[in-house]
Amino acid sequence: MADVAEVSNPRTGIEPRGTRPRHAFSRRNIFIYGTLILVAIYYLIPLYVMVVTSLKGMPEIRLGNIFSPPMEITFEPWVKAWSSACTGLNCDGLSRGFWNSVRITVPSVILSIAIASVNGYALANWRFKGADIFFTILIVGAFIPYQVMIYPIVILLREIGIYGSLGGLVLVHAIFGMPIMTLLFRNYFASVPEELFKAARVDGAGFWAIYFKIMLPMSLPIFVVAIILQTTGIWNDFLFGVVYTRPDTYPMTVQLNNIVNSVQGVKEYNVNMAATILTGLVPLIVYFVSGRLFVRGIAAGAVKG
Amino acid sequence: MTSVSIKDLSLEFGAVSVLKDLNLDVGDGEFLVLLGPSGCGKSTLLNCIAGLLDITDGQVFIKGKNVTWEEPKDRGIGMVFQSYALYPQMSVRGNLTFGLKNAGVPRDEIARRIERAANILQIEPLLDRRPGQLSGGQRQRVAIGRALVRDVDVFLFDEPLSNLDAKLRSELRVEIKRLHQQLANTMIYVTHDQIEALTLADRIAVMKGGLIQQLDDPLTIYNKPRNLFVASFIGSPAMNFLKGEITGVVGSPVFRAGDLGISLAEYQAQQPLASGHSVIFGFRPEHISIGDQPGPAGRSCEAVVDLDEPMGADSLVWLKVAGKAISVRVDSGRRYQPGEKVFLTFNPAMASLFDAETENRL
Repeated sequence: MADVAEVSNPRTGIEPRGTRPRHAFSRRNIFIYGTLILVAIYYLIPLYVMVVTSLKGMPEIRLGNIFSPPMEITFEPWVKAWSSACTGLNCDGLSRGFWNSVRITVPSVILSIAIASVNGYALANWRFKGADIFFTILIVGAFIPYQVMIYPIVILLREIGIYGSLGGLVLVHAIFGMPIMTLLFRNYFASVPEELFKAARVDGAGFWAIYFKIMLPMSLPIFVVAIILQTTGIWNDFLFGVVYTRPDTYPMTVQLNNIVNSVQGVKEYNVNMAATILTGLVPLIVYFVSGRLFVRGIAAGAVKG
Repeated sequence: MTSVSIKDLSLEFGAVSVLKDLNLDVGDGEFLVLLGPSGCGKSTLLNCIAGLLDITDGQVFIKGKNVTWEEPKDRGIGMVFQSYALYPQMSVRGNLTFGLKNAGVPRDEIARRIERAANILQIEPLLDRRPGQLSGGQRQRVAIGRALVRDVDVFLFDEPLSNLDAKLRSELRVEIKRLHQQLANTMIYVTHDQIEALTLADRIAVMKGGLIQQLDDPLTIYNKPRNLFVASFIGSPAMNFLKGEITGVVGSPVFRAGDLGISLAEYQAQQPLASGHSVIFGFRPEHISIGDQPGPAGRSCEAVVDLDEPMGADSLVWLKVAGKAISVRVDSGRRYQPGEKVFLTFNPAMASLFDAETENRL
C-alpha cells in the first residue's frame, strides 16, 4: 500500500507537495494577457493619435502620417485652444467655457447629492406613508427620455425667469440627477443594518441627528461614487448645456463643439485635438484620483457593512 | 407592582396578523424571557414595547404610564440588539454618551454615569477604542453599557447572545444574570435558546404564532407544560411522546399503547381521566430508568436498545417501545449495545398527559 502512495509524477519525477506550480507562459495566461493587451491597444490608439497630433504643427499634419510621432514638438496648439481659438464671436478660447463648466458642475453636484442623499435616507429608513409610490415615480423618472422634457423645461425656466442663466442649468442638472442618485443612496442606506437605526432611535436621535451623526459618517464610499458619477456626467453634458444657456454662458463641451465644427478657414486639427483633450481632462483626472475609492464604493453597496 | 403592562396588543402588517390580543404583565424587577421558534413574534413584541413599531391596537404601559404613543426615547427603556448595533465611527465612549448628549444630560453627570457603567461591565480599558477593534463579547458588553448609562427602568434584550460562540455565550449569560441581581431592573429578554431562557428567567413566556402559549416560572414550564407545543419545544434532548388511550376503571386509570400499559394512579390530572379517551403520553428522557430486572408492575416494560449516544456526563440511549423510538438519559458509566434487552421503569408522577385532539394538558 505504501508504494502506491509514494508514486510520483511519471513525467517530471517530482513528488507533488505544497503549492501547485504555476507556469508563466501557460496557454491560459497567454490567452488572458494577450486579449487584455489587444483590447488596451484598441482603446489607447485614438488617445495616442490625439496627443501626437496636438503636438505637431499644421505643415507636419498635412504630410498625413497620423501615427508618426511629432518631428518638432510644439505647444502652440494647446495655448491657442485654451486662450485664443475662435468660437463664433468670441476669440478667447476654451478658458471661458472651462470656468463656465466649473460654475455649473460644482453647485449642481453639491445640490443634487445633498438632496438625493436625504431622499435615499428617508426612503430607506423612515417608511413614511406613500413611500413606495414616491419611489416608483422616481424610478420611472429615470427611464423617461430627456428629449421629451426639454421644451417644457424651457418654458418653465422662462416663466421663473432663469432661462439662459447658469442657475437655470444648475437646477436642471440637479433635477435630472435625482432619480439615479436617490436610487444609489437608498440602496446604500438600506444595506446599513436596521438595528443601528433602531439603536439610534432608542438613544433619542431624530431624523436629522441620525442622518448627520450616524448615516453620513458611515457612507463616505457612496458619496465618492455619487460625486464621481455626477461630476463626470454634468461635465460631459452637451444637450442641456446647448439648450439652456446663452453663448456667453456656454459650458466647455458646447464651446469645444463650436471650435471643432467651425466652418470658416482651415481646419486646425492640432488645435482641435488639444481642445478635446483639455475638455476631457477633468473627468480623466477625477477617475485617476478616485478610482480606488470608486471601486470600493461600488462594492460597499453590495456587501453588508 | 407591575413594571411593564401590555393590554390587548395586536399588530398587523397588511393582512398578516403578527400579534393577536396579547396581554402581559411584567413585575417590578422581574426577568421575563420571551421564548419561541423564529417567526413566533417574540422580537416583534419587544419592538412594540420599545416603540420601534407602531401597533395596530392595544396599549403599552411602562411604570404605570401609558406610553402607547410615546417615542422610544421617552419610554424609559434601554435596548440591546443581536448585532450589537454599535455606531462604528464613534469610540466606545462616544457610543455610550450619544444618547445622553441627545437627551441634554449635563457633562459631569455623563462622566459619572459612564464611569459607573464601565466599572460594572469592566470596559474601562476599552473606552477610547472603536467598535471594530473589539471582540464580539466586548462589543456586546459595550452595547449593554449603552443601555445601562440611560439609567432606565426597563432593559430590553433582543437575542443579545445569538451572535457569540458557545463559550462566550455561557460566560455572558452568567454576567447578565449577575447584572440583573445587582441592578434589580426589569428585564425583558428575547431568545430562541431554551437554555438561556431556563437559566435566566424568573418567568418564561413561550410564544408561537403571535400568541403566548404558557407564562410560568421555568420549572413549571419544564415539568408541567400546558400543551404539546410547549412540551416538545422545551427540553433538550426532547420529550418522548407515545400515542394511546386511557383504559381501566375510574380511580385507577391506565395508559395503554399497543401491549404497553402504564398505571396513571400517581399522575396528577387536572380533570378526571375517562376510559377510552385518546391521549398523548409525554415523558422526559431523565424521568425513566433502565434496569436489568423488571420494575414494579404496571410501570415497567421490556425494550430493545437501538443506539447509544454518549454525551459526556450522561448518555442518551435510544430504544423501541410500542413501535416508537424513545430516548432515555442514563449515567454514562455503563454502555449499552444495540440489540441488548433491558427493562424500563416509568415515573408517571413526572409525566405529562395531553389530549390527542386539543393537544392541551389533561
